[in-house]
Amino acid sequence: MQTYEQFLKERAQSDESLIVMTAENRAVIRNLPAELGPRFIDVGICEQTMIGAAAGLALRGRTPVTHALATFITMRAFEFVRTDVGIPGLPVTLVGGVPGFLSEANGPTHQALEDVAIMRGIPGMQVFCPADREELISGMQAVLDSRKPTYVRFAAPEPSVRHRGPFVIGKAETLSEGTDVTILVYGFLLGEAERARVALESRGISVRLVNVRTPKPIDEQAVVDAARETKLVVTLEDHFLTGGLYSIVAEVLLRHRRSARVLPIALDERWFKPALLADVLAYEGFTGAALAERIEKAFRE
Amino acid sequence: MSDAKVYSNDELRALSLAVREHIIRMSTDGGCFIGASLSCADLLVHLYTRVLRVSKETLNDPSRDYLLLSKGHDVPALYGTLAELGFIERSRLGAHLKTHDSVYWHPNRAVPGIEFHSGSLGHLLSVGIGVALDIRLRSGKNRVFVVVGDGECNEGSMWEAMLVANAQALDNLVVVVDRNQFQANIRTEELVPLEPLDQKLAAFGFAVTVIDGHDFDSLNSAFASLPHVRGKPTAIIAETVRGKGLPSIEARADRWFVNFTHSEVESLLAELHGTAKAELTSETLMVR
Repeated sequence: MQTYEQFLKERAQSDESLIVMTAENRAVIRNLPAELGPRFIDVGICEQTMIGAAAGLALRGRTPVTHALATFITMRAFEFVRTDVGIPGLPVTLVGGVPGFLSEANGPTHQALEDVAIMRGIPGMQVFCPADREELISGMQAVLDSRKPTYVRFAAPEPSVRHRGPFVIGKAETLSEGTDVTILVYGFLLGEAERARVALESRGISVRLVNVRTPKPIDEQAVVDAARETKLVVTLEDHFLTGGLYSIVAEVLLRHRRSARVLPIALDERWFKPALLADVLAYEGFTGAALAERIEKAFRE
Repeated sequence: MSDAKVYSNDELRALSLAVREHIIRMSTDGGCFIGASLSCADLLVHLYTRVLRVSKETLNDPSRDYLLLSKGHDVPALYGTLAELGFIERSRLGAHLKTHDSVYWHPNRAVPGIEFHSGSLGHLLSVGIGVALDIRLRSGKNRVFVVVGDGECNEGSMWEAMLVANAQALDNLVVVVDRNQFQANIRTEELVPLEPLDQKLAAFGFAVTVIDGHDFDSLNSAFASLPHVRGKPTAIIAETVRGKGLPSIEARADRWFVNFTHSEVESLLAELHGTAKAELTSETLMVR
């Protein structure tokens, strides 16, 4: 399986318009300067200038893929994203590193827990939340082919599920059919959700596991089907309760005049305890086992 | 572009006068940011006639020069210039602020000749950096001119972008500061002093020249040969007067955004032509 860097390198070879940019965040693209030469642009710790310059490059026909930590690319540079990329709808990809729990022990300054909310608020902006490396690559292909402004909530762990079907923007992936509970999830938490599914199934609860992939555009049919065909809908995300998947599901159900029992699992008006990832998951109750308990309790209520 | 035609100073003065008339006519029925528009009118006329390699026919030519109007609220001067030089129909200026067209208080790309929208300060220097980077990647000879306001230099993103322009050694990039001495409603030196602005820009790695932004010979001396220093971005500080051409409002803090009556517009036009002093009673709106 390709790494993210290998993907960008090969894409750059076949697509002359591709430019890789970073605001001195080279963690996942450290070998690209030598490969891409002047088509790798590191502006230094200048997120606003990077986004403005990406808009200028896009104006000239380029498709810039920009990199910075998720908090800074979505928030420090927010108005540049909204105004210079969003208003003209330029094909700029914003790749946000260590979003959500993946910021581990950095503390609240680095906890992007509102990134999905604020990025989806920009007209025309797509939001792609890969679950793992395989999905990151297949999704990036679709994102770059779309030539639309897109926020990528970067995650690249090894896959913990077998993906099915081609990646289509706006189409969720149903990983298991079930009739009792639907778990809607995006990002790396898909792995924990899969563990929760196995645990719940062993306790006689039938689980539909849906990998949302692109919170925007959302797969409305998958949400409506979950509300109609299962007894409890769980929205699972390492994001604030406000504006993320829970809000998206609420909006979709309202639009379709449908009610449902929904259990949101998210961070309600608070940041999380900074620590190494495994410890964060345990402390915050987001391990597969803890999730299974929370979901079973809600289901049996 | 000026390939076909070489303009004399007298012709530029006549063009500037026409542009100022357009600006004054846009200062009613909703109004406009008249002060900053008048301060950069000569500058824009000079750039579009003697400097920029762009014309109505080459608006989509990748080898054209780019002008990015960063402060944005001075767009009546750009509308007027584009109309006088045939990029847009003069009649389109009559659609100012009307819903059937897109001739509003800040620049946007629905108006031919406008390369990028602006209005939020401190953006287009970074956009210009991106354009300049692409031109260099393609070994192009075209240049990028970013017109910024002096008040705009309050924005941190201006200085961040200057660091990057220097780091990238973008000598196809020219920053032009319309140094009219005013923020929105207060003198720059009274609120957030910029001086010594030339030394600040030089310290950020720019080749800096200070000129009289209303004198076409002075403008010529600055723009005739670019870049001023190979390997360095250029900064030209054009010293200007806010409200230039209308003594009643020149350099006045309270004539930033205005919405005059029709009779005030007529008296301002008379003042522009030196036949009478304008009688003004309309209050200035303090908006941003």
